[in-house]
Order: sequence, then C-alpha cells, then structure tokens
Amino acid sequence: MENTLRLDASFVDYALVVVYFAVVLMIGFAARRRVSDSLDFFLSGRSLPAWITGLAFISANLGAVEIVGMSANGAQYGMPTMHYFWIGAVPAMLFLGVVMMPFYYGSKVRSVPEFMRRRFGTGAHLVNAISFAVAQVLIAGINLYLLATIVKALLGWPLWVSLIVAAAVVLSYITLGGLSAAIYNEVLQFFVIVAALLPLTLIGLHRVGGVGGLVDKVTAAGNGDELSSWPATELSGFENPVWSVIGIVFGLGFVLSFGYWTTNFVEVQRAMATNSMSAARSTPIIGSFPKMFVPFIVVIPGIIATVLVPEIQQLKAGDDSGLQYNDAILALIRDVLPNGLLGVAIAGLLAAFMAGMAANISAFNTVFSYDIWQQYVKKDRPDGYYLAVGRWATVGATVVAIGTALIASGYSNLMDYLQTLFGFFNAPLFATFILGMFWKRMTPTAGWAGLVSGTLAAIAVFVSVETGLLDLPGQGGAFVAAGAAFVVDIVVSVLVSQVTAPKRASELAGLVYSETPKEQRTDPEAHLLPWYRSPTKLAGISLGMVIILNVIFR
Amino acid sequence: MSDPSTESTGTKAAGAFDVRNVIAALIGFYGVVLVIVGLVDRSAEALSKAGGVNANLWAGIVMIVVAAGFALWSRLRPIIVEVPTETREGH
Repeated sequence: MENTLRLDASFVDYALVVVYFAVVLMIGFAARRRVSDSLDFFLSGRSLPAWITGLAFISANLGAVEIVGMSANGAQYGMPTMHYFWIGAVPAMLFLGVVMMPFYYGSKVRSVPEFMRRRFGTGAHLVNAISFAVAQVLIAGINLYLLATIVKALLGWPLWVSLIVAAAVVLSYITLGGLSAAIYNEVLQFFVIVAALLPLTLIGLHRVGGVGGLVDKVTAAGNGDELSSWPATELSGFENPVWSVIGIVFGLGFVLSFGYWTTNFVEVQRAMATNSMSAARSTPIIGSFPKMFVPFIVVIPGIIATVLVPEIQQLKAGDDSGLQYNDAILALIRDVLPNGLLGVAIAGLLAAFMAGMAANISAFNTVFSYDIWQQYVKKDRPDGYYLAVGRWATVGATVVAIGTALIASGYSNLMDYLQTLFGFFNAPLFATFILGMFWKRMTPTAGWAGLVSGTLAAIAVFVSVETGLLDLPGQGGAFVAAGAAFVVDIVVSVLVSQVTAPKRASELAGLVYSETPKEQRTDPEAHLLPWYRSPTKLAGISLGMVIILNVIFR
Repeated sequence: MSDPSTESTGTKAAGAFDVRNVIAALIGFYGVVLVIVGLVDRSAEALSKAGGVNANLWAGIVMIVVAAGFALWSRLRPIIVEVPTETREGH
C-alpha cells in the first residue's frame, strides 16, 4: 500500500532544522575536544543538578515510542492511552526513585549485564547480553522506520531509499560525536519537542472548537466511549471490564512498566550523573511531573487527528485511506502547522528519532564488544582492538536495523509491536532482577534458567495470539505475554533454586539488598534538605497528582 | 561573571555552556524567526491552517518569553563549576 503523506516544507523550515543539528553537532564536537570545563561538568559523572537529569530522564524516553506510538494509540483507542503514562510510567518511576535508586547509586552497578554477571555468573550474563543486544537492534529498527517516514514525507522518496538515507544520517551523527553529549542534547531536545507539540495541540483544539468541540465531534463519530480512560476494554482486548482493569494494572502497570523503567539502564544512567544520593533518587521523581503531562501534547493530538484529518477519519470508520494510525501525528502536523512552526516540528521529531536510534545502536555496541566479544569470543586483547570491534558493530547494527525497520513497517500501530517486544525482553529480566536483588538464596543456575523460560513463555503467548488460539485484540496480548513471562520466570527461578547451590553470602555484598551495608544505601545529609528536594515527599505529591488525573479523566 | 575571588578557589560559573543558556539561544532564535515569518507571511493559506490565528507570531512570542526566562534564570542562579586545577597544570 503506497502511503501518500507529504509535508510541504519551505526554505524556512529546512533552515530551522539545519540550525538545530548545527547546534547539536557543535556541542558534540566541543565535547569530544573537551574545550571547556563547563561542558565537562555537564557531561561528566555525578555532578549535575537533579532537574537536568530529571528532564534528560524522560527525554531519553520521549522518542519514537512516545510521539508516534502514543499518538497512534490515541487515534486508535482514545483516552485509555493515558494509562501508558499514569499507570504504566509514573508509579514505576516513583518506585525506581524511592526503592531501587539507593541500591543502584550506592552499589555502583553500572549496567544490567554487569549486575547479572556479578550476581549470577556467566550463564545469566550471556543470556541477558544476547537478549539485550537483539532487543536494541529491534527497537533501533522502530526508530529508523519512523525517521525514514519523515524523510519520505518531506522528500517523497520510496521507503527503502528513505531507510538507507536515514541509516546513513544516523551513522554520521554517531561518528561526528552527536551522542557524546547525550544528556545535554536530551534536555535541549525536550524543549524543542514541547515547542512543536504544544502549539500543535492548542491549534488543533482551536480548529475543532476547543475541548467541548472535540468531545462533541468524537461522540458524533460514534466513538464516545473512547473519551473515558477506564476500563479500556478496547485497549486491552478483554471483553470483561474487570479483567481489563486487572490486565492493565498488573500487565501494563506492574510487569511491563516496572520492567521497563527499573532495568532500563539508558534511563538509570541519567540518574547516576547526579551529585548526591538524594539527587539521584529525585531524578526519576522530578521526571514524573512532566511525564504525567506529556500525554496531553501526544495523545490528544492523536484524538484530534481522528476528527480533523480526513484520512484518519476514514480509517477510524473502517475504510482504507492510504494512511495508518502511525501517520496520525504527521498528518495533523501537515494539516495544522503553517511553514515556520512546521520546521520546529520536523526538527523536534528528527532529533527525537535520531537520538533514540543512536542510543540503541551505541548500547548495542557496548554490550556486543565488551559483554559478548570480550567475555566469550576473544579475551585479553588491547583496548584498540575492542574499539575497532565496536566500530564494526555500529556499522553492522545499523545495517541490521534497516531489516528490523521493515518488520516495524508491517505494524499499523507501533505500540502493539513495541509492547510485544517489551514482553519478550523486559518482563523476564525484571522478574530475575528483582528476585535476585531481594532473595539471597537464588542460585546462578536459577538466574539463566528463569530468564530463558520467561522469554519462552512470552513467545508461547505471542504465538498463540498470532495463530488465533487466544483471542486478544488490542494490546492485551502483550500484557498477558508479559504477565506470563514474569510468573513463569519467578516460578522456575524458585524451583531451580531449591535444587542447586547458592553463592556464598560474602560474594553478594552490593548485589543483594540484605547483604548491602545500610551506609551504602542511604544519604547521610538527607534530613537537611528542604521538602522540594526530599525524594519521598516529592514522590508523594506526584502520586497524589496522578490519582487526581485518573479521577478527572476516568 | 568571572569574579577573581571565585576564580582563585578553583570555581567559576558555567557560562556559555550552561545548558539553560543554550536552550535560551536556540528557543530564542526560533522565536525570532517565527515572529518574522508570522509578520511577513499573512497569506490566507497559512492563516486558515491554524483556524484564523497567526500561529507563527504567537508561538514565536511565547518562545521568546520562555528563552528570556531561561537566560534570566541562569543569570540569577548560575551553576558553579569546579575547575580541576591539577589536570590544567598537567597539560
């Protein structure tokens, strides 16, 4: 099916895009040359104020998933998409800040594979490293596909040409040092995206006659039930509202989101760059405040698109229109933003997708060269050798991402695909991680056995949904797969631990909660902080606000 | 900004590389460009897209205000950076 979406960009729009990337590359270049102590400060470890890392924390996640995926979800399912933020993100971010972060910050565990190796030895480490590398390449494919969609919408090239061009652009972005200033760029990117999406939402609302007009038009189109977020039976695919709520709270709210936010070290590393334990704990908590309002500029435009963009209207009515739900936000940008603001929007979207993919590729590169190649293939070579391996891994991963982008292009709503991937990779990881952290009896064999069986359980659920054995439309299949992966992983780990030998308690310091000295996990100066810097008080306020939002938009 | 007394103790304000100043510069630049576009391009097509509102002009004005806010914030509450004096002398 040939997609006909075109953005009519003018000279001014391109100029705004070029200026953005000139600034980003300049910072990257300056960072590599280490031209300034001030810049070093913003990039180096453990010195940043919490508001910067908090913004970087959500900006690292405000990429393809949020913008295109959530607006597509908003267009297809309506207000229930809010659950991805209020149920599926904020509670997990608060949990990360209140419970997990003291442990991470104190024990200096720097990556999930590193934790796996030290806690469980090579078996779990190898399984985790491989599954992480595969997940990164698949997710890089999503980012690449979206990047190519924009290139295609701007220039009208066929998808495969756009994919290759987009891949080449990302490679040069990584090579030119765009990623070396990641935290810095993420903060910048956040404001550019808000500068694009906030006017988009406000103008869109103005066009449909304000909030009242939007409600009337959605109701008139026969989709009035999409205006309330609970019980979200369409989203979860469960007919029974009670099961739907359970599926969302346990599958999305607990397994998927806790798995994503607490084991995603691309995010956690942002918090590691702060100057104190309290600031590290505050990072995800401060991030949760903007996070709970992000859906208003992402999901709402998706809903507006269903009444304002003719093609999405047709799609919603069940007709073939040449556009997919993934195109909702781009189509709205095309119809609503005049030249000028259009350029800001293109700059923001390109920045988000490019930075997202670059982060995936570089995470793959690190794990491939140090966790897989150095550990299991060629040991004890000089540093230069692994750097060279890393460079080839970067090129290789980019080429493979072109292939995985084609997989992503087969999904009309990318959230379906993404949540499925998270079920495969994050849910078992979270189970093993949390069990290994709090239960010192868990054995090395249980570590890898749990991971493997959890992933297999998720794949089994996925296959039975695909083949129609289980009837779960929407994203319920992904929620059930994640739940199954979590439960199977826990059960197998507990059973295997009963019959195999655990590690000695002395080897578990800094890895298991009960074996980690309290001084390592607490901030001695915490009681001196004012309330607005106290992580637990801020977390309480954030939780209260999310509950209020849930009540208002129920 | 570079008060000699703070210089000697090995600290200084982050200055141009303070991320707030970079935000102010970029968003401020975008704001100015949008205001100009909004004043020049008042074609019916551009106006009808936004339902009769001059979107570029208004968005541009808001961006300039936000940029000014960031510049002011970093001026009033500068982030102090420790200058690693020993590595300085080492090079």
